[in-house]
Amino acid sequence: MKKRLLALLSILLVFSVVLAGCSEEEAVETKSRLDVIKERGKLIGGVNADIPGFGYVASDGSYTGMDIDITRAVAAAVFGDPNAVEFRPLSAEERFIAVQTGEVDVLARNTTQTLSRDASVGLAFAPVTFYDGQGLMVRKDSGIETLEDLEGARISVESGTTTELNLADQMRKLGIDYEPVVFDSQDAAVSAYEQGSADAYTTDRSALVSRKTTLSNPDEHFILDEVLSKEPLAPSVKDGDSQWIDIVSWTVNALVQAEEFEITQANVDTFLDSEVPEIRRFLGVEGDMGEQLGLPADFVYQIIKAVGNYGELYDRHLGPDTVFDLERGQNSLWTDGGLLYSPPFR
Amino acid sequence: MANDELTTKQVSIPETAPPKTSIGVLGWLKENLFSSWINTILTVVFGTIVYLIVVNTIEWIFFKAEWYVISANFKLLMVGQYPVEELFRVWIAFTLISLLMGLSWGIWKGTMGHLTIAMTAIYIIVASLPFVLIETRIWLLVNIALIIATYFLGKRLTKFKKYILIGWFLMFPVTMILLSGFGVFDRVGTNLWGGFLLTLLIAIVAIVFSFPLGVLLALGRRSKLPVVKWFCVAYIELIRGVPLITILFVAQLMLPMFLGEGVNIDNVIRAMVGFTLFSAAYLAENIRGGLQSIPRGQFEAAEALGLNATFKTVFIILPQSLRAVIPAMVGQFIGIFKDTSLVAIVGLTDLLGMGKNIISNPEFLGTQMEVFLFVALVFLVFCNMMSYASRRLEGALGVGTR
Amino acid sequence: MNKHSSAKKTPFWRDKRVIPILLQVIFAILVVLAGVFFFTNALGSMKQIGLVFGYDFLSKMAQFDIGDKLIEFTSTDTYGKAFIVGILNTIKVAFIGIILATILGFIVGISRLSNNWLAKTVATFYVEIFRNTPLLVQIFIWFYAVFLSLPVIENSINAFGLFFFSNRGTAIPWFDLTSSSLIWLILFLIGIVLSFVVWRVRLKQQVESGKRKFPLYWATATIIISLGITWLITSEYPLLLSVPEIAPRGFIGGYTIGPGFGALLVALVMYTASFIAEIVRGGIMAVSKGQVEAAKALGLKNSTILRLVILPQAIRIIIPPLTSQYLNLIKNSSLAAAVAYQELVGVGITVLSQTGKSIEVISIIILVYLSMSLLTSLLMNIFNKYTQLVER
Repeated sequence: MKKRLLALLSILLVFSVVLAGCSEEEAVETKSRLDVIKERGKLIGGVNADIPGFGYVASDGSYTGMDIDITRAVAAAVFGDPNAVEFRPLSAEERFIAVQTGEVDVLARNTTQTLSRDASVGLAFAPVTFYDGQGLMVRKDSGIETLEDLEGARISVESGTTTELNLADQMRKLGIDYEPVVFDSQDAAVSAYEQGSADAYTTDRSALVSRKTTLSNPDEHFILDEVLSKEPLAPSVKDGDSQWIDIVSWTVNALVQAEEFEITQANVDTFLDSEVPEIRRFLGVEGDMGEQLGLPADFVYQIIKAVGNYGELYDRHLGPDTVFDLERGQNSLWTDGGLLYSPPFR
Repeated sequence: MANDELTTKQVSIPETAPPKTSIGVLGWLKENLFSSWINTILTVVFGTIVYLIVVNTIEWIFFKAEWYVISANFKLLMVGQYPVEELFRVWIAFTLISLLMGLSWGIWKGTMGHLTIAMTAIYIIVASLPFVLIETRIWLLVNIALIIATYFLGKRLTKFKKYILIGWFLMFPVTMILLSGFGVFDRVGTNLWGGFLLTLLIAIVAIVFSFPLGVLLALGRRSKLPVVKWFCVAYIELIRGVPLITILFVAQLMLPMFLGEGVNIDNVIRAMVGFTLFSAAYLAENIRGGLQSIPRGQFEAAEALGLNATFKTVFIILPQSLRAVIPAMVGQFIGIFKDTSLVAIVGLTDLLGMGKNIISNPEFLGTQMEVFLFVALVFLVFCNMMSYASRRLEGALGVGTR
Repeated sequence: MNKHSSAKKTPFWRDKRVIPILLQVIFAILVVLAGVFFFTNALGSMKQIGLVFGYDFLSKMAQFDIGDKLIEFTSTDTYGKAFIVGILNTIKVAFIGIILATILGFIVGISRLSNNWLAKTVATFYVEIFRNTPLLVQIFIWFYAVFLSLPVIENSINAFGLFFFSNRGTAIPWFDLTSSSLIWLILFLIGIVLSFVVWRVRLKQQVESGKRKFPLYWATATIIISLGITWLITSEYPLLLSVPEIAPRGFIGGYTIGPGFGALLVALVMYTASFIAEIVRGGIMAVSKGQVEAAKALGLKNSTILRLVILPQAIRIIIPPLTSQYLNLIKNSSLAAAVAYQELVGVGITVLSQTGKSIEVISIIILVYLSMSLLTSLLMNIFNKYTQLVER
């Protein structure tokens, strides 16, 4: 026993010394991410598995959603094949480490772009794919109508999200005393709310809309009008490889630009004969747009052929024909008064 | 007295029990509690509790529970997202195991026989479930028939013990090749392994690999070389001092960082590595106990025979010490088997992780109890089988009575 | 001369004195190389993504709130304080868990040796079921299927108007301090000391005179008198019983146990108790028959035999494995992350995902657990020494 104690004590000491003595060392030479992916033969995408509309596992085990299709678009850009991708469901906590360690090539998992994530978590963000805001869902019969009514309430939230921080901020601002109930997955957080263990459930408004449809009695719940924060959701990659960041960014831009050009999955082939120089460059009929990124010349064509343009993606997963029926709102093209704006392909 | 029935019941037991011969603590307690008022109160209290639990449980199981959730997701719970068209590979692996089990039953009888019978019983129960697919049923029936046939075969093949043992050892690599492909078949990525299959695989890999590592660590800890010794001590105590979940986090989140860019190990393998490293530390402590139990005379006798250190350890010391700690090691293996459920926290879909996914499916709302009880039952059956085997071994090896 | 020639005969790689040292040097080099390899990689990949290794984030503002807390914590406090809240929560569940598991474990363990068939069977079933099911499955069952499936707060299950069970938490009566609580505590402690002295004195008299002096009655009387005096001084109750009441958003008064904490605690206690029960059973069974027979021959009462002959000897066998069960319980409390109870690992994971400091956070968690293991082993070692000293 005594020896064991001695052993434990010395481990403790050595461990602390090693950690304390750790200092920066020289950087390691690495291969470019694009080469790694090409060698592997498929893209690995970190996604959500429990937000219908964005990232969800259907009962047959396949993934569907906006974020899923954006990941597929990146695969189409690299390989010309939207199925050359493996999805890795990640919890909010795991996601950044998965990107940092290079376990996933691209993270499209309802991730809010923030300064600290960009600067100190080691992520690099592509353009925003969905402009969202944080909301709160409550029961209709609870009598809660504004944030002020939440005094003393239990609010369920997923841990490791900006949601958790915004909630704390807002409540501090309003001076409201509340009890956060923190879960490691959206499923658990919703389940606690639905069973009445929590008074409210908070996350991005789009996710609220989508989760509401999965409740047993959606009509008994409603989403507060107040928006707690700005939540621009964007795909991200590991910082430090500018070529790879560019590829993901311009994939997103291509989706938006295609909608602006009104090029769809169905009619993209007809545009190949277009005489408009911008469109010819865009689809890779002429120019070296793809080459500059290290991609095939027709990468934009492949993307649109595989998943369609941004508008199609939106309609397929969140639009009027789906259970969510979400307004385009801020997520319309700039030409329609929205925020989506692609820099020129030139 | 109010409950004559119950009191008379236990009155009759001491009468039939062997008389004054068993006066130990047991006998003492028996005499002390015999039909005293404490005994009566105990009976009433326990009787009421048992009655309430049993009645409510039975009512719930047969009338309230919605077992539909289990039958609809049976495939997911058992093998996860393993492709249906490749499932025959899992069945071949099972059939090979059945073959070996039947043969071993015939040759060794005893505990092996009991385990095989239990396994057959599980096959029969699964085959008679109303919702299983017809293919599943056919495979199961083939397995049952095979076990019985090979039992009779095994009875005649008692000389082939060695080959059967080799067969068991080969079973592990063969299963792995069958399941993952490895160039022989189409590759089935570990991301598709799930459900109970994944639980079993993680447990088996951890057990198979942690054993040699544990032996090395145990020997290292007793080594006379201070550097080796202190390294082993440090490793064992460090691992044993922290919760398994932190080791899994390290394996899942930090291993890729430590290995650097370019070395990509997928997350199932990482979990297996974590479990192996964890289990080895505990096994090492068990084995060390065995090493300590070897009397000095054995070492001296081995040295007198002129054996060098390696021969002495491999042929004299290790066999004896391992034999002494088999029950403790089986206990450790049961622990590992149960602990595999922790991978559900780091996002793998083992049996428990799959159950967690299922209850979040809007279609199966409010079926937590059914799903989790089913998961618990599966673990309970397998752990009980293992601990039964361990107790029998303990008796057969005479460890407890030494 | 001689020395020289022998050195010539055996080259150094076959020299029995050199080989071990050589081997160790090689081993040490390998270990160090592996360590350097791992750390270089880790630091390299951190640098590549612009992360700097360091613990200075601990003094930065946490920006998140924690639900269960023993000390004040708001989102303006530091990450360091968040860790302290987490550690305290771990200690809280471990401390209560160890006490309850020990009590339950001893009851079940002794029941397994009872001659009451029903008690024995129930205890055996209990042990077999709870020992052979994974703890995490048990935690999930308690959390999702029991604690979250309780009725909503308006329809709380009410036991005797004192206990309320709802999926928002379980409320139990609790005590509120009054102005004279401190006086009561001090006088009560004095009373205990006095009664102990009285007990020793009477016991000594009894042993010397050989006549019954009823030491226990005397000691009890001393305590009662001291409490009576306190009452006369303060004319107030020591504590006020606070009974919970249902309010729309939770319970008012009493003490509310959150579903996460409740599920974790119940699961930990039930699981660990099943192991402790086996240890207790083994310990009692290991006391030799001769001891009991000898005690009987001396004409001791049965309860006296259990108290003075069996338990003291059994305890000695029980303590080492009991210690490792306590350690297991502490380590297993880390599974709380799955049920929304923010203990050390739960807080750690939140901090980790907010700051991206994975190595630092995990190292803190490991350090804390190692220290707690060390501390528990130390305490149990002292206790073990104490029981061993009584031996002969």
